[in-house]
Amino acid sequence: MNKRAQFDKVSLSFETPKGRLNVVEDVSYDINDGDFIAVIGPSGCGKTTMMSMLAGFQKPTTGKVLFDGRPVAGPGPERGVIFQEYGVFPWLTVKQNIAFGLTLNANHVPTAERNAICDHYLGLMGLSDFANSYPKHLSGGMRQRLAIARAYAVKPQFLLMDEPFGALDAQTRSNMQNLLLKVLETEGKTVMLITHSVEEAIYLASRIVVVTARPARIKEIIDVPFAYPRDESIQERPEFAELRSHIRQLVMDEYRAQQAQMRPVSFSE
Amino acid sequence: MNGAGVRRFGLGLLPWLGAILLWYAVRWSGFVNVSLIPAPHQVAAKFFELLTREGLLIDIFASTRRVFLGVALGILVAVPVGFLLGWYRPARTFADPMINFFRALPPIALIPLVIVYFGVDELAKLVILFYASFFSGVIVMYEGVSQITPLYIRVAQTLGANQAEIFRKVIIPLTVPHILTALRVSLGVAWATLVASELIAAQRGLGAMIQNASTYFLLDVIYVGIICIGLIALIMDLILRKITARLLVWQDRAIA
Repeated sequence: MNKRAQFDKVSLSFETPKGRLNVVEDVSYDINDGDFIAVIGPSGCGKTTMMSMLAGFQKPTTGKVLFDGRPVAGPGPERGVIFQEYGVFPWLTVKQNIAFGLTLNANHVPTAERNAICDHYLGLMGLSDFANSYPKHLSGGMRQRLAIARAYAVKPQFLLMDEPFGALDAQTRSNMQNLLLKVLETEGKTVMLITHSVEEAIYLASRIVVVTARPARIKEIIDVPFAYPRDESIQERPEFAELRSHIRQLVMDEYRAQQAQMRPVSFSE
Repeated sequence: MNGAGVRRFGLGLLPWLGAILLWYAVRWSGFVNVSLIPAPHQVAAKFFELLTREGLLIDIFASTRRVFLGVALGILVAVPVGFLLGWYRPARTFADPMINFFRALPPIALIPLVIVYFGVDELAKLVILFYASFFSGVIVMYEGVSQITPLYIRVAQTLGANQAEIFRKVIIPLTVPHILTALRVSLGVAWATLVASELIAAQRGLGAMIQNASTYFLLDVIYVGIICIGLIALIMDLILRKITARLLVWQDRAIA
């Protein structure tokens, strides 16, 4: 299989007034073409930093982050990012938001084609009725769908998602997960998903990377034994439950480790 | 006009009616010497007299033009300067104390120096108004720009935007609200500074009219001048608010 992205002995640390802070430590794994990788670990452990290096916002202190065999030099349209805070442009309408990437020099398309792409994603994301509304009129779930549509419109080969459904209610969240699976089925993309929900990781991912409390190291990489296309029924399967309790255990251990290491700091502050 | 419109208009009118009633009440209460407070209807009569015979419109025009030019030039400089200060932290560290030093100086305190360096002509008044609008505008601009979140820039980068595109398609739209606020603030400050600027040997203008009237103790003229300044400032602000509402339909504002 084709290696899309590689973390090769990656560490990231920075100086703070209290000394050197290691955020990511000696992380190595590959993301192959068509993989859906979920990275899971206690919050604040450095998983977003991992994604941020692949997106091109941060550089590793040591080691290499490669995309298509080349070191990542900065952000680019072949790596779509869906941010935790959505980041939909409030000054543009829903349709203009989706079209934003298509109006840039990097991936310019003629107006007719641009309209067609916008309409396609408006329909797919159930936003057609809001094409000319501003984001202030949208609910949280709709904003998230808009952010996804905007990222998809420029056809990135690779999607980086940072806890994209974290702020949504349970219903909307499960809707969005199903929508994501449906879209991936037709558009076939490679995905790196940062999440702290064990169920979400198992339900969506083909491989789960469990990371430790800060500094983030790889604790275990787990293959998810369910074939795509998936539907919610897999959540009733005994393998799902087993996997869930296994991963939950791993994450809980790390969570406790993190609490233990944070306690003295929080008291001294 | 629909029912809601009439009600809003009435609600807006009410405090003015109240103010006029209070004005009469103070006059009739007997606590104040009546000759020191011209009645509203006397002021209104004076207004029409000045308008028809003394060329009040020329004064209004002279003052409005000064304010307009002063604010236009002030904002023209304040926008790029405020932007640089807001965007580049080192620039702010460098210039912040200086700007706060000058901002704290009341323009009126500078009048003697302005007369020495710029004379007593139109230029001198413009300098005072420019000074007032620039420093009030630049603060609003840089406070606003420094609060722009980097999130939108990152989003644009991941979609493939280059530096020029980020500036044109992300930073400018995010800056427009702050430019409009800066404009409103400096317009207010400029009107407040107008009378001071027209202390400098002005022939015409509302401030000059007030100055001259005070020499001859023409209280009704002073009232007309003050009310005119207030009204024009109010009208300009209303226009600017309409423009703002049009340009910033996308903003999430808590106005009914």
